[in-house]
Amino acid sequence: MPDQMRRPIESGCPDGFQYMHPVMRRNYGNWSYHEDPRPGVLKHVSHDGEAIYTVRAGTQRILDVFTLRKLCEIGDEFADGYVRFTIRSNIEYMVADEAKVLPLIDALENAGFVVGGTKNSVAMISHTQGWLHCDIPGTDASGVVKAMMDELVDEFKEWNMPNRVHITTSCCQINCGGQGDIAINVQHTKPPKINHDLVANVCERPSVVARCPVAAIRPAQVNGKPSLEVDEKKCICCGACYPPCPPMQINDPEHTKLAIWVGGNHSNARGKPTFQKLVAAGIPNNPPRWPEATAIVKNILRCYKQDARDWERINDWIERIGWPRFFELTGLPFTKHHVDNWRGARNSLNASTHIRF
Amino acid sequence: MPKKVHETPMLDDLERGPWPSFISGIKRLRDRHGDERINAVANDLLGQLEHSYETRKGYWKGGTVSVFGYGSGIIPRFSEVGKQFPASREFHTLRVQPPAGNYYSTDALCKLADSWEKWGSGLVTFHGQTGNIMFIGASTENTQHFFDEINDYGFDLGGAGPCVRTGMSCVGSGRCEQSNCDEMRIHRTLLNNFTDDVHRPALPYKFKFKVSGCPNDCMNSIERSDFAIIGTWRDDMKVDQAQVQDYVAKKGRQYLIDNVITRCPTKALSLNDDDTLAVDNRSCVRCMHCLNVMPKALSPGDDQGVSVLIGGKRTLKVGDLMGTVIVPFMRLKTEEDYEKLVELAEETIDFWAENGLEHERCGEMIERIGLVNFLDGIGVDVDPNMVNDPRQSSYARMDDWDEQAAKWFERRRAKETTAA
Repeated sequence: MPDQMRRPIESGCPDGFQYMHPVMRRNYGNWSYHEDPRPGVLKHVSHDGEAIYTVRAGTQRILDVFTLRKLCEIGDEFADGYVRFTIRSNIEYMVADEAKVLPLIDALENAGFVVGGTKNSVAMISHTQGWLHCDIPGTDASGVVKAMMDELVDEFKEWNMPNRVHITTSCCQINCGGQGDIAINVQHTKPPKINHDLVANVCERPSVVARCPVAAIRPAQVNGKPSLEVDEKKCICCGACYPPCPPMQINDPEHTKLAIWVGGNHSNARGKPTFQKLVAAGIPNNPPRWPEATAIVKNILRCYKQDARDWERINDWIERIGWPRFFELTGLPFTKHHVDNWRGARNSLNASTHIRF
Repeated sequence: MPKKVHETPMLDDLERGPWPSFISGIKRLRDRHGDERINAVANDLLGQLEHSYETRKGYWKGGTVSVFGYGSGIIPRFSEVGKQFPASREFHTLRVQPPAGNYYSTDALCKLADSWEKWGSGLVTFHGQTGNIMFIGASTENTQHFFDEINDYGFDLGGAGPCVRTGMSCVGSGRCEQSNCDEMRIHRTLLNNFTDDVHRPALPYKFKFKVSGCPNDCMNSIERSDFAIIGTWRDDMKVDQAQVQDYVAKKGRQYLIDNVITRCPTKALSLNDDDTLAVDNRSCVRCMHCLNVMPKALSPGDDQGVSVLIGGKRTLKVGDLMGTVIVPFMRLKTEEDYEKLVELAEETIDFWAENGLEHERCGEMIERIGLVNFLDGIGVDVDPNMVNDPRQSSYARMDDWDEQAAKWFERRRAKETTAA
């Protein structure tokens, strides 16, 4: 060990109070209510009558230092030098002086950022790394999000939806993007293509065998070399073997498709949290704008906006109208692939005469 | 600006349109940054990304890179097409832990930007899906320099690999009236108790803590964390009846009935003839819907604490799992209360580290061994709040029924004594 190696200071998670706006620090745990003065703006009032305004703006998430400095400059000018980020990569400025709210919005919009994403809007799409930086991606993330937000920007800026809409994307079936009202996720359609020359040197074969959710992988000698083979009849094309064994290439320019899922909702409000359900698949992975996926998302949003009642999230709406009506309204085909056959699938079958006509 | 700029017709298309463009940002680094190293890195990164767009394939592979003393926190990325794009051949990510609630001063952000353009690509994400600040794009050598510099002024790496991961917390008590707990304190107490497990991966798989101040669960903790801490309250919700009447006057009686009363999942609400609200608090499940609709009129009660749910995770390998209630209610006021929470987390991680299979999340282990065995392992008693319904299948051996029933009555007695 060289002497000059510096020992890390294991400070872990830093103290956030040093970065918190003084009005928020002063009223920590003492907030009474909030109002929504206009899209993209929140007003929180404390029990002592003190108020703080929040202005939320969408960003490109992948920030270059020029953009980061610009966001800071705006924060210095209008928000006393304090900001925070939401879980969906929006930046938020907290402003004690109401008179600064409109000039702050102007400054953000003039610099190309989009103010909105509060209340019953389409929130910023949460996204993953994609081709820009992931080692196993079937598609890009930032590009998909940019292309879709270009089309959904007015819904981000307004309060047109029955309730908030969270959209997520994921570039593989591990699904780092998580659950969403609408999720656009990679769905592979062909088993991995195996480079048998590399498997023995690159992969820990027993771990790869263990990783398969349907036990479709077994050790094998191929061309005289120890390798792995896949029972292609059993294979569900999930790609779980690819991260521990890169020679089992799952990504394919043509056969890696996109699927759309709806009704994931993390909140406990009204019903218990729900997982998203498959509604469409076989969608081409079509850079740079992914128009086919965007069209389906916009169609689902149009139906939801027209048909859902106030405060219904997408899952609440479908629970009320039923799945047959959902497929009727959206015009999406209902196929045998919509019927679940994974563990616990029986719970998803209709064991009643509750049928809507 | 680099001498030879890669042609990027597909990426160029992502520069048009109203939403801010990450491509324009990378081009700014390529064309306008003062450091030639950054210009070259951005140019080759765009070249490789365009190649991905054209061929619909990714070209990064992992490897082993870490900083001195840690085994975690860096996502190594080596290009498979590094010959064509040499400047971005090594393009590692550093995962850095943000403060709970993602609060920053602009000074802190600018300082991070200064360090990052000195050592890295100049590209950064606030935040990755696990919750880290993602500094995207450092060479193997510069990874250490960047870490040394930011570590000196108070930032530390987060988790990567089979370890305790960086936590996430909502905006919480700092700005939200629905908060029932001190998210910042919970987050830091837990995470910084497990610093060793964050920096040195030695667990079966990842383990995530997420903290939400109320059951709206803005951090998606039930679905996305192994250990979800969610603020709640035990006593009656607070009702400002004048505000309820004001709401009816503004929005109308029918709107209130259709959007509040009938949306209550346990039918715990009723509108009185004088437009005040009657609440059956014993039936209320703290779903938050009515509080969300009428934040001025309705608020959480005073007897606040948290619920703990364990075992949430996404697809791999057995399918999606939500967390399960393990502690229905826990007060978090005193030092001892916080110690109990830390002990629960320690018991959970220890038991899982002993019993989990390789690459098996805590929730999957619980699925495999059954909830009761897990509860035995961490020393927690069964509680009817843990289930939607009791058992439906008679295929179970119950010859110690009397003994188990006696335990229940004993616990009830103990609870009554404490309450008295």
